Amino acid sequence: MSMDSFIIEALQVLLVIGLAPAFAGWVRTLKCWFQGRSTPGLFQPYRDLFKLFSKEVVLAYNASWIFRFTPYLLFGTAVLAGGIIPILSIDLPLAATADVIVLISLFAIARFFLALSGMDIGTAFGGMGSSREMMIASLAEPAMLMAIFTVSLVNKSTSLAEIVQVIYSGQLILRPSITFALIAFILIILAETGRIPVDNPATHLELTMIHEAMILEYSGRHLALIEWTSMMKLYLFVCLCIAAFAPWGIAVKGSLAALPAAFGFMVAKLGVAGLIIVLIETGLAKMRLFRVPEYLGVAFLLATLGMLSFFILD
Amino acid sequence: MEITLETASQVIDFLAALVLITSFAMLAQRRIYGLIHLFAWQGLFLAINTAFVGYMADKSHLFISAGLTLGLKVFLLPYIFYILVHRLNIRKEVENMVNIPTLMFIGIALVILSYYVTAPVRELSTLMTRSTLTFALATVMMGLLMMITRRNAVTQVIGFLAMENSLFFAATSATYGMPLVVELGVALDILIAAFIFGIFFFHINTTFDSLDVDRMAKLKEDEMDE
Repeated sequence: MSMDSFIIEALQVLLVIGLAPAFAGWVRTLKCWFQGRSTPGLFQPYRDLFKLFSKEVVLAYNASWIFRFTPYLLFGTAVLAGGIIPILSIDLPLAATADVIVLISLFAIARFFLALSGMDIGTAFGGMGSSREMMIASLAEPAMLMAIFTVSLVNKSTSLAEIVQVIYSGQLILRPSITFALIAFILIILAETGRIPVDNPATHLELTMIHEAMILEYSGRHLALIEWTSMMKLYLFVCLCIAAFAPWGIAVKGSLAALPAAFGFMVAKLGVAGLIIVLIETGLAKMRLFRVPEYLGVAFLLATLGMLSFFILD
Repeated sequence: MEITLETASQVIDFLAALVLITSFAMLAQRRIYGLIHLFAWQGLFLAINTAFVGYMADKSHLFISAGLTLGLKVFLLPYIFYILVHRLNIRKEVENMVNIPTLMFIGIALVILSYYVTAPVRELSTLMTRSTLTFALATVMMGLLMMITRRNAVTQVIGFLAMENSLFFAATSATYGMPLVVELGVALDILIAAFIFGIFFFHINTTFDSLDVDRMAKLKEDEMDE
């Protein structure tokens, strides 16, 4: 563990914080192109965040400490997750402290507090949003763990850094188990980050919103932090997917010289991932809430089949 | 081009997984046209699998079986069903007796069961297709499950044909296919069966005004009441 790896760690965390809005902007820009609209540009999310930060916070009279504490907690967990997932390099001091299961529970803590804060003020929308979010979470989490377990079984480790290393050392082979897990994981990413077949990130329509319903009472810098976190969450989930299934191009040795190449690969892969997300989003309509369990059931099925086919075929 | 045995068995495993996944998709599919498309896809994966096994194991008769599968199960049978469904004017969504998530879990249980059942065969067999036998048996049972859980006569027949598909798949993975005479006979039988089923559908439809199998039992009870 050299000095370099600490610098890389710090750089990566800054990158997650700084690039997440740009990635969200890229997804929105692509979506505008696909729908034939003119775009507000790649940097609109930064301007939105800046605007929100400069506004004052309006709090309800009965807001408790949970309501005020949650935005900072959300931001903190996202930053911590950004330090654990190997995005630029696998030689991260923090990566050794936590494996994928811890990572998922980090996201679970964030979600728990977000749901609490949704109910904290006592408005009808907040409670509705929280209950929907928890319903989706309770179904998405087992499926996600199943997909992660499949990857861990194949690569014989639950630590992301080691998984990447194993994928690097082995040759490229076609495994049904990994393919199933990947498809399941993509389905879960869409559900967890509130993308279109499950939740529409752009809507404020009362009946359909899930994530937006929970944060309806937030304003000013609190709202800015939450918006920023949800952008980071999308970015992190995509990076998690890349690290677990297609880590090629990442810096294996902890030297600063390998970083520019790793950065280039990361940008290229994120660009492609954004394209895939937008293709799915433009191709599908948002489904009814009561179809969501079926959708997540399919994700769980695929992840389980992946695990079974590991035992049966490999 | 030389393909190593390792790569070959990976490709075969992957195609087997695709056949299995189409089986699951057929269980979950609600629309009848979607079901027909999935049936055609399953046939296609099966044909590719058979041809590949034939190439790797150097069994030329498997190419003929693959060609038959491609012609019959990918193009002709789905086409016949397409016309039948169009003529019979079936627009409704397919009705399931059991809800879809439960069906999926039963499907997973069947995969585990067939893994357990085929374990001794897998131990003794030396063929490169031995590990796909589990999936083949699972798809047989899932075809049966589909026949049990569907109400509509057309979907039951598609379930039956899917079962025949997977029996063929099982034969390929257990012993590199049945003798050519048997396979030709089965293919011909299936073709004739499809025609007979078609005629039956028309008769059922004109007599009962529906292809719902439940309706037949009800009508009989009504007659017994009188």
